Amino acid sequence: MVLARPEVAEAPAGDAGPRGRNPWRGKASPRGAAVRAALLALPVAFFTLFFAYPVLSIVGRGLRVGDSWHLGRIAEVAGRSDILGVLWFTLWQALASTLLTLLIALPGAYVLARLDFPGKQLLRAVVTVPFVLPTVVAGTAFLALLGRGGLLDALWGVRLDTTVWAILLAHVFFNYAVVVRTVGGLWAQLDPRQEEAARVLGAGRLTAWRRVTLPALAPAVAAAALMVFLFTFTSFGVVQILGGPAYSTLEVEIYRQTAQVLDLSTAAVLTLVQFAAVGAILAVHARTVRRRETALRLVDPSHTAHRPRGAAQRALLGSVLATVGLLIAAPLAVLVQRSFDGPGGYGLVYYRALQSAEASGGTFLVPPLQAVWNSLQYALAATAIALLVGSLAAAALALPRTASGKASAAGRVVRGFDALLMLPLGVSAVTVGFGFLITLDEPPLDLRTSWILVPLAQALVGVPFVVRTMLPVLRAVDARLREAAAVLGASPLRAWREVDLPLVRRALLVAAGFAFAVSLGEFGATVFIARPDNPTLPVAVARLLGRPGELNYGQAMALSTILMLVCAAALLLLDRLRPDRSAGEF
Amino acid sequence: MSTTKKIAVTALAAVLGASTLAACAGGSGDGSTGADGSGSRTVTLVSHDSFNASPDVLEEFTEETGYTVKVLKSGDAVEALNKEILTKGSPQGDVFFGVDNTTLSRALGNDLFIPYEAAGLERVPEAVRLDPGKHRVTPVDSGDICVNYDRTYFDDRGLAPPQTLDDLAEPAYRDLLVVENPERSSPGLGFLLGTAAAYGDDGWQDYWKKLRANGVKVVDSWEIAYNQEFSGSAGGRAAKGDRPLVVSYASSPPVEVLYAEPRPKTAPTGVSTGTCFRQVEAAGLLAGAGNEAGGKALLDFLISKRFQEDVPLTMFVNPVAEDAELPPLFTEFGEVIAEPRTMAPEKIAENRDQWIQSWSSLVLR
Repeated sequence: MVLARPEVAEAPAGDAGPRGRNPWRGKASPRGAAVRAALLALPVAFFTLFFAYPVLSIVGRGLRVGDSWHLGRIAEVAGRSDILGVLWFTLWQALASTLLTLLIALPGAYVLARLDFPGKQLLRAVVTVPFVLPTVVAGTAFLALLGRGGLLDALWGVRLDTTVWAILLAHVFFNYAVVVRTVGGLWAQLDPRQEEAARVLGAGRLTAWRRVTLPALAPAVAAAALMVFLFTFTSFGVVQILGGPAYSTLEVEIYRQTAQVLDLSTAAVLTLVQFAAVGAILAVHARTVRRRETALRLVDPSHTAHRPRGAAQRALLGSVLATVGLLIAAPLAVLVQRSFDGPGGYGLVYYRALQSAEASGGTFLVPPLQAVWNSLQYALAATAIALLVGSLAAAALALPRTASGKASAAGRVVRGFDALLMLPLGVSAVTVGFGFLITLDEPPLDLRTSWILVPLAQALVGVPFVVRTMLPVLRAVDARLREAAAVLGASPLRAWREVDLPLVRRALLVAAGFAFAVSLGEFGATVFIARPDNPTLPVAVARLLGRPGELNYGQAMALSTILMLVCAAALLLLDRLRPDRSAGEF
Repeated sequence: MSTTKKIAVTALAAVLGASTLAACAGGSGDGSTGADGSGSRTVTLVSHDSFNASPDVLEEFTEETGYTVKVLKSGDAVEALNKEILTKGSPQGDVFFGVDNTTLSRALGNDLFIPYEAAGLERVPEAVRLDPGKHRVTPVDSGDICVNYDRTYFDDRGLAPPQTLDDLAEPAYRDLLVVENPERSSPGLGFLLGTAAAYGDDGWQDYWKKLRANGVKVVDSWEIAYNQEFSGSAGGRAAKGDRPLVVSYASSPPVEVLYAEPRPKTAPTGVSTGTCFRQVEAAGLLAGAGNEAGGKALLDFLISKRFQEDVPLTMFVNPVAEDAELPPLFTEFGEVIAEPRTMAPEKIAENRDQWIQSWSSLVLR
């Protein structure tokens, strides 16, 4: 059944944009602004306190000498040829990785959105697993595919480690899920009958897709591309492990200057360069996407998918499965295999060792298995924070814009904030972590050693996902549904609850899944926060890998396998939460 | 509203509420212990990620002194120290452990520590006291950075493993060595300093040219070098590493034994004893510490026989106190490094950055 009731959705598509009539226009316009301000209060406070203030403080510390600003430093450092080289490499590898990821993952998004086949849920969970793996682990796994004695080496004698290809392919490995879940989420809800109508009217298959489906998907594709770009732009572990010392990104350089050399002024300039680059990308994104967003006809996804029909669809399914198998499942399988491959043949030696602190030889004061529980708690808290902050922000940003001149200035502010919410993805985790260190050190915000700092840092990365996943869906909700509700006497809140919420619930779950996965695997800012001995899973894995010996290496593999399972289970559960009978409810 | 929806909404509300409550509780709890100041029964030790101690040893400290130790791990050794320098005056803890020859000048130059002569310091030889006279830091352990070799590789080929730095530049050992980038790794830096100590301020560059010509491989971290590239370690064997020589620690072979099951008769790896560089690691009382008395007690404890004898098996380094005995594992499988190279902290501070720079243009570019 179609979620948006046909009698409402079948009006001419021409004036269906969110700019159409809105429930708050006319008598309630000031109230609309007030609602927006109220919704934005918490997100603004959150970002000011836990992002802007720490980051600006550490940058400020670097650019001040005594009491005076030392801005000449900016030109001086930014003009250095080695810094320009790093910037150039950072930019082009991010662009290339983004294009490659889209190329490889878009067919996957289609297959998961539109085709029905056994094991689909599992596949959806599997492709998301790399996303939560700490880069140390994923890098190790990836070497088993591309490195010496790896699969490619064994088959064709091809070795890609320490080449830029290894970096690009690893970026695809990590970000495949971003595209599949962001684009696939919307794709599954697009009404296939629109494309069918175009074909009935004489358009070819490709033309129909290009003219009907692609424009509808564009915002989601752009959102996914933006996220992949930001992730790869700030790539750290992948570049270090797979690229070797010959390659360096801005992120690696900022880490080196801040944490190792303690040259805060160079680090500050690099952070500003990163800011500028990310800001430019966000501006381009905002400009292109704004023109494209329209209300879409969203339907229940369970009615859009069908069994593969014809040779073409079967071939597509086959090639997607093969790609996922080689690029994602094979490296993961290596980790699992190594976790069981004990000294006396296959067994559970490493898993047993995880249960006691003694077997770890004092690597931890608690059994390593405790890290699983720690991680889950942190991830739950981070997901709650990210959902709260992110949904409020998305709701505010999706409010219909009013037509008056005053409001368009307000609209610019809102769009500015929209872009600002994405910044944490494009800003160095080192800068944020060290910023925390020097700002959150006085009551009432003496959070430096408090456990809440970890989920807060993780939520910072989770919020953009929540906003990006929910916003296209929220904006696609037909404003006339709200109008109808308002006409029938519903308050704006009630209209939101009865109209928007049911339509975005799926997006909310997808967003929650993302936020949870991101928190579970988050390694950036978390490692820069000094913490009592209650390590998260990624931190525990890194610590085990940092020590010699078979048992430590094996335990790291076993713990990584557990991390994968926890993540896959959580994602499967979230997918389940979406009730199949949903159609009947509305 | 349907039942499913109700459940979902209630669950979300519950999670949000619970986390907010927990956040508030956590915040106020931390605040009160911090406000206690010197009366606090908790002493906080800030260190790097490699810090470890046996739980029962830390419990013994609590029994003896009444203080509970809270350990904050703060990144690798350099990063952890830099964080303390950044937060100077408002430290995260009371004692910092993890300053060594390579970083001492930076710490002392920033007046990070309050002088304190730990009880029992007379049991620590003069040679390892990094700040004699002033006692701003207390030496706790020493470790040797050495080339490790894969026994099987050399046995199989009937080739004698290299023993000295000169050997490593010999054609017989071509394409066998993997080292860490001194820009980004502390064993890498130690090895570079060792070559500078051996060949002099102007001679080490030529030595590295020879190493480069002999096919030395550089990677960014110890983890990659040891667990991926080195053929002798457990991780390296799994990853099919093909370099039988790696820059690691003198304690790595006994640790390989410790974590192998069943325990082998001989260590799978050995140490090239003529390639070693010694680092001494120390702790200090942080200026602005909330619990100075507790911090002093902890420093005393760090050089006590009990803690010193715990150090080899938890951090894989050697104790500095003369009365501390090495565990059988170390005497049986480890090697005694009779004459390691070393370098004064002041000299390291003076040259480090410039050496690293010329090293990378010499070896990486």
